[in-house]
Amino acid sequence: MRTVILQSLNDFDEWRGQARELLRGGVSPEEVIWRDPKSEPGLFEQTEQEIQHAGKNHPVGAVPPAFMALARTAVCHSDPERFDLLYRLLWRLQADRGIIEVASHPDIVRLTRMESAVRRESHKMKAFIRFKSIVDDSGLERFAAWFEPDHYVLEMTAPFFERRFTGMMWAIVTPYSSAYWDGETLAFGDGGTKADVPPDDAVEEDWKTYFASIFNPARLKVAMMKSEMAVKYWRNLPEAELIPALIRGAKEAEQAMIERTASQPPSHHLKRAERQAIDKEQQSEITSLADARAAVQGCQRCPLYEHATQAVFGEGPENADIMFVGEQPGDQEDLAGKPFVGPAGKVFDAAVEKVGIDRSRVYVTNAVKHFKFEPRGKKRIHRRPDAGEVTACKFWLNLERAFVKPKVIVALGATAATSILGKTATISKLRGAPIAMEDRTVLFVTNHPSYLLRIPDRNLAAVEQAKFEQDLALVRDHWHTLNN
Amino acid sequence: MAALTLRRKLAVLSDAAKYDASCASSGTEKRDSRQSGGIGSTEGSGICHSYAPDGRCISLLKILLTNFCVYDCVYCVNRSSSNVERARFSVEEVVRLTLDFYKRNYIEGLFLSSGIIRSPDYTMEELVRVARSLRQDHSFGGYIHLKVIPNAAPEILAEAGRWADRLSTNIEMPTDVGLETFAPEKRPGEIRTAMANIRGKLAEAKPDRKAKAQPAKFAPAGQSTQMIVGADKADDNAILTRAAGLYSGYKLRRVYYSAFSPIPDSSARLPLKAPPLMREHRLYQADWLIRFYGFDVPEIVSGGSDGLLDLAIDPKLAWALTQRQKFPVDINRADKELLLRVPGLGTRSVERIIATRRHHSLRLDDLALIAGSIDKVRPFVETVDWTPGGLTDDHKLRARLEPQPEQLRLF
Repeated sequence: MRTVILQSLNDFDEWRGQARELLRGGVSPEEVIWRDPKSEPGLFEQTEQEIQHAGKNHPVGAVPPAFMALARTAVCHSDPERFDLLYRLLWRLQADRGIIEVASHPDIVRLTRMESAVRRESHKMKAFIRFKSIVDDSGLERFAAWFEPDHYVLEMTAPFFERRFTGMMWAIVTPYSSAYWDGETLAFGDGGTKADVPPDDAVEEDWKTYFASIFNPARLKVAMMKSEMAVKYWRNLPEAELIPALIRGAKEAEQAMIERTASQPPSHHLKRAERQAIDKEQQSEITSLADARAAVQGCQRCPLYEHATQAVFGEGPENADIMFVGEQPGDQEDLAGKPFVGPAGKVFDAAVEKVGIDRSRVYVTNAVKHFKFEPRGKKRIHRRPDAGEVTACKFWLNLERAFVKPKVIVALGATAATSILGKTATISKLRGAPIAMEDRTVLFVTNHPSYLLRIPDRNLAAVEQAKFEQDLALVRDHWHTLNN
Repeated sequence: MAALTLRRKLAVLSDAAKYDASCASSGTEKRDSRQSGGIGSTEGSGICHSYAPDGRCISLLKILLTNFCVYDCVYCVNRSSSNVERARFSVEEVVRLTLDFYKRNYIEGLFLSSGIIRSPDYTMEELVRVARSLRQDHSFGGYIHLKVIPNAAPEILAEAGRWADRLSTNIEMPTDVGLETFAPEKRPGEIRTAMANIRGKLAEAKPDRKAKAQPAKFAPAGQSTQMIVGADKADDNAILTRAAGLYSGYKLRRVYYSAFSPIPDSSARLPLKAPPLMREHRLYQADWLIRFYGFDVPEIVSGGSDGLLDLAIDPKLAWALTQRQKFPVDINRADKELLLRVPGLGTRSVERIIATRRHHSLRLDDLALIAGSIDKVRPFVETVDWTPGGLTDDHKLRARLEPQPEQLRLF
């Protein structure tokens, strides 16, 4: 039996160097005891600082990086057997690299738990260190903190404080080691005692005020607090001395809030409320396109308002000759509050321009003003509006038709055609010829541009694109005859 | 009126801020103070520097700039008709408190909100001034969360996103009708439009690997929102449907659910009782299942009754008990999607199961080691040496798995 005594409590590289020598020497885990500088010697121990191996040179295989990562952290655990465990695993990994992935292997379970205990303690150190300010006669400010970690985590945690508090000079003292940052260099020294750090700090009273005020007595969950902020840390947390009183007073404070009914509102509130009531009365009827545009934002004629961002009203000149009516705003239209700005809108713009219709002189809108969708993870999937929604929204489309008074209306897709005609419409039957409407406007029907985007077959898409452009060309020709 | 001391203001304005559930400081870019020589860092995962006896994490200095407010939202402690004590910090006071707390390692940063004073633009501009001063005058690299005031001008919003890690706009109520009833001055459409604008700016700020000139930074920790649970009549179905809509539309990092808790000087229109904390907890679990476990809202809600989640058991178990024909699941063969639906198995456990079974078939003992606790898992799985037999369909199964009511533990 050999014993390896390490110089440091938590130096992974030191352990690795020794472990590599043992592996080379073919020393099995059963033949070796590991000790850190704090652990007691065993009864039948033969100390051996230098690893002796009688000329043996066993090849050392590559070790899985996952093991190295776990071991580097677990080495900071206070369990005296940590080095033995690591060497035992290292030995086994030589024969079977796969066991690192066997989450149910008892040694892997133990290693994983150790590693997570160390990480947790390091995390709690980042959380629960409380610096106290020390200002010397020359006005120089320094900070110091006392912390009592369960594991040897100061060395692995101090760089965090360096990254966070580069512009401060600080020291962290623990029973086993201490760390110092002077603004340029991070150094480590011996352990100390609580008396090395000042007992108070001028800002602590403000902090305690905050702690007591941010606590909601109606939500008392003491067990939850204790599981995250274990009682063992409390003695070094200035705010913790308030906890017992806060808990004792919680029921009372909650009851007081519940029992105190509303008092008479202050006078400034009553004055403002009066002014707002007058404003509301002055809201007028819809007598213009602008009124309609404002009013549509409050529309609750169908349930679609509930999940859409906003109503998307039509856009374009108020005296436009041509009005294009699509189905409903899509994802991007809904976010931007403007019609035809998404992918289908781009197809539409390009086609209109190609046939020679001036895009800036047409009015574009939709049969339904709110976006209907189904949430799927981080995406919203378009859903076709139903007949009820289309009928409810006809109110707004009719207002747009009444105020803009277009000579030509182009229904893009079946939903728009159905809304305008008041009956189920089939595009293939209606497209290609003007339809005279009762109000003496002329209706053209064609596909919705989004239909073109959904055709997977390239040749078919080209055919449909050409048909779409033909339909738009008919609109253009008709429009030209009106103006001549 | 005598001037309030800074400490009194701190008491008033943190008391007024405690109804906002969020205290997260995670998910932002990596920063540290070694380049600036100042103070402040952010490293991905957040740190809870303390816990109040309500079990909630304290990671940020969460305060209002002022609790004066021109709005009269019934559920809000700061509504204009309330007689609570009012206070207002100066920009410099907030900056100093943040730095003093930060240097002592009490906090990870600042979460600043405000009552609406004068106008949305004015209020938002004041919040931005605090953030700008921290970043520019003090090289502060810690976390900053700013509340967005709906209807504030786009250029103010752009500057807010330049200094802040996270922005948030509270949707407040699960339904628009609820909001109109309780917050007459707020327009639900305007709140969602504010979120849409933030989403647009977040998309613009996405770094383009190929482009030479990178876009200006905008709120690297994204946006979040909060819904109040139990103030109005909305059921869990309405709440989760609303949340799913918001996640899908505005790329929210988080939706916070805040059990309505009684406030001082409260309106008679509100339920004056203890906050529904268990309901809030179940909603968070359901939210998690929807985002990370492949469940959709109707599935989750089907585990409860009348549009409400089961309060006694967790939503995954509740769902599984109504879908027993889908079980038992073979731990050694089932795909990941199916394993994620087994009660008692989390994402970590599922990953470990998949890694381990590449090496050997799992026995029930192996599963117990991986899952930590096996009671909830056992009736729903098969392993090499275990099959639940009639246990899966046992009509007493629910009663066996239901946690026994725990004695409230105090000191």
